[in-house]
Amino acid sequence: MEKIEASYLSAYGQRKGLAGWLTSTDHKRIALLYMSAMSVFFLVATFLGVLMRLNLIAPGSHVVSPRAYNSLFTVHGVIMIFLFIIPGIPAVLGNFVLPLQLGARDVSFPRLNLFSWYFYMGGALCALLSLFTGGGAPDTGWTFYVPYSVKTGTNVSLAVFGAFLLGMSSMLTGLNFLTTIHRMRAPGMTWFRMPLFVWALYATGWVQLLATPVLGITLLLVIFERAFGIGVFDPARGGDPILFQHLFWIYSHPAVYIMILPAMGVISEIIPVFARRTIFGYKAIAFSSLAIAIVGYIVWGHHMFTSGMSDMARVVFSLLTFVVAVPSGVKIFNWTASLYKGSITVSSPLLFVLAFIFLFSIGGLTGLINGALSTNIQIHGTYFIVAHFHYVMFGGTGFAFFAGLHYWFPKMFGRMVDEKRAKAACILMFVGFNVLYFPMFILGWQGMPRRYYDYPAHFQPLHSLATVGSWILVAGLLLMLHNLIRTIRHGLPASANPWQGTTLEWHASSPPSIENFDVIPTVTTGPYAYPQNNGVSS
Amino acid sequence: MSTSVASHHSDYTGAKIGMWLFLFTEILLFGGLFLLYAVYRAKSPAEFHEATKHLHLALGLSNTLILLTSSLTAALSVSAIRRGQKYWALWGIGVTVVLALAFLVNKYFEWKEHIGNGMFPGSPALTSLSHGENLFFGLYYTMTGLHGVHVLAGAALLCVVYVFVNREKVNQHSYSLLENACLFWHLVDLIWIYLFPLFYLVT
Repeated sequence: MEKIEASYLSAYGQRKGLAGWLTSTDHKRIALLYMSAMSVFFLVATFLGVLMRLNLIAPGSHVVSPRAYNSLFTVHGVIMIFLFIIPGIPAVLGNFVLPLQLGARDVSFPRLNLFSWYFYMGGALCALLSLFTGGGAPDTGWTFYVPYSVKTGTNVSLAVFGAFLLGMSSMLTGLNFLTTIHRMRAPGMTWFRMPLFVWALYATGWVQLLATPVLGITLLLVIFERAFGIGVFDPARGGDPILFQHLFWIYSHPAVYIMILPAMGVISEIIPVFARRTIFGYKAIAFSSLAIAIVGYIVWGHHMFTSGMSDMARVVFSLLTFVVAVPSGVKIFNWTASLYKGSITVSSPLLFVLAFIFLFSIGGLTGLINGALSTNIQIHGTYFIVAHFHYVMFGGTGFAFFAGLHYWFPKMFGRMVDEKRAKAACILMFVGFNVLYFPMFILGWQGMPRRYYDYPAHFQPLHSLATVGSWILVAGLLLMLHNLIRTIRHGLPASANPWQGTTLEWHASSPPSIENFDVIPTVTTGPYAYPQNNGVSS
Repeated sequence: MSTSVASHHSDYTGAKIGMWLFLFTEILLFGGLFLLYAVYRAKSPAEFHEATKHLHLALGLSNTLILLTSSLTAALSVSAIRRGQKYWALWGIGVTVVLALAFLVNKYFEWKEHIGNGMFPGSPALTSLSHGENLFFGLYYTMTGLHGVHVLAGAALLCVVYVFVNREKVNQHSYSLLENACLFWHLVDLIWIYLFPLFYLVT
């Protein structure tokens, strides 16, 4: 306890070195454990994606076999979704920042937190093992739709069990964060003095908690179906495959809000800091997070408009889908209104945020095209969906994650990220992203189905363009990763509050000490109280 | 500094919140299965009624009584520890674990008989029956099996708590572990209270 002032990065405790990290219950160390594992998985899945694009550069260019192509998009999807985007922001940024922003020394259940990481690694291990064992890499797509997932000879069971463990990890993290937010707030931090990232994690926590078990049981049923033939999804025994789709999307639609809500929280943190004014419409943003979490729970049917549902159900699900767009729109308007008349500094985190707003708006608005019944028939199962999904998940959550990384990196490692490289990487990624995914909207509208190994010649120009885009995007990604890793050793030292942030994490030193704060701070104002415009905007 | 660390380790309300949140997830886990049951039962009510005749009402009823009693003994152990009566707390936990094992033994013989009669998923005897009966047994094995795993997990948890109470790490002043273990046990009991009529008393 005598070294309490020391940085969490320095060796302390009974175990040193790697063992010290693998047994640490410090939320900051766990965040970095997640981050290092996640970077590896992210690179693997990116590589698979690039390979997929390479195969599609021209019709008939058989870089991989058709079977391998099916495995490529399945494994790319499973890794990106279950290992990167769902846990990404909560497990890395949330773990690191949440207790700091609350003025707490750790989360409510530190041991459970470490346990969640082991669940995550166990799930990842199963998913990766499934590639090389049994009948080979799963080829069902990340959705594991029955009856194919029951009939295929590939190693679906292990991959599905991996996804089950990953779900447990996500659920327990949500449970931990909810309890932490209820119990660990610093004195004076009322609910409406909480930073908006905390609000976002709170809404996310409920979704993680209440949606994930449904996926858990659905995946278990797929395993039971494969192992014992219980028949609940098997039409030959009276089972109904459509019920699988319902159960799957009852989780997997809310899951996209697990992915996007924390991202929106990151955006809400960064904008006031770089506009030097308080956020516009604090309560509207906080409540819109909750609204998205609640309404997002009951829109799952819009994934199944062509699966066979009553017209009444389709109309209701379509209407609800339009309703859930409203709180997202509220946030977009609040963010832009917060920038209005601010004294804006375009540092790398804000640049990523601006890219987010642009890309997420495209993703969100095309979501309405998906959600409208008549247009859905045209674009269902086409590249339009692929483009929309990547605009929301990568352009949205991905860019927000990178924004958050650049924003909190000085806090994590006590070093400043090189701004020039960071901005160059951001612009490169932004350009590459649009060159890669925008053509997919057009391709999809013209009728290019998703998950196809080959295509007719008249689709070639746009396909080739997208493949070139994937190279630009990867160049940007590699530059960003290089820059971040370089920062850890060679970055210029960061002060405790390099961006002049007002939330509590900037009161701790950079990097924070083992116990975060020498004295638990007392909160007397809202989270974004910039003195120069007090009383003007709030 | 160290006192603050200790204080959040003994956050009684926090521990309770965490446990209740966990119980929500358990309910939703089984919720997916109850949903399937509801759909398939609505589709083929007559066949579900036919299928239930293969089950032993007496065994199901005795297991219901066993679990209800075990919830009582679990609750008694909590009220005993609150009064500082370590002996009675240990007695309550012990009896609960014994009843849990009795439940599992009962269940084992029940399953063994079904399987002996050739009534298991994919068996010729079962596949020759109607779709509804196949689904009934598919759900029966899944739901009671998953419940059985929970009984086992609950019993294991109670064994751990038994050791903690015995070493007085769980005591009159800090008993949230025992209370939470018993909350879990009550949930396992509660789920059975729904499983019993859904499978044994279908008319």
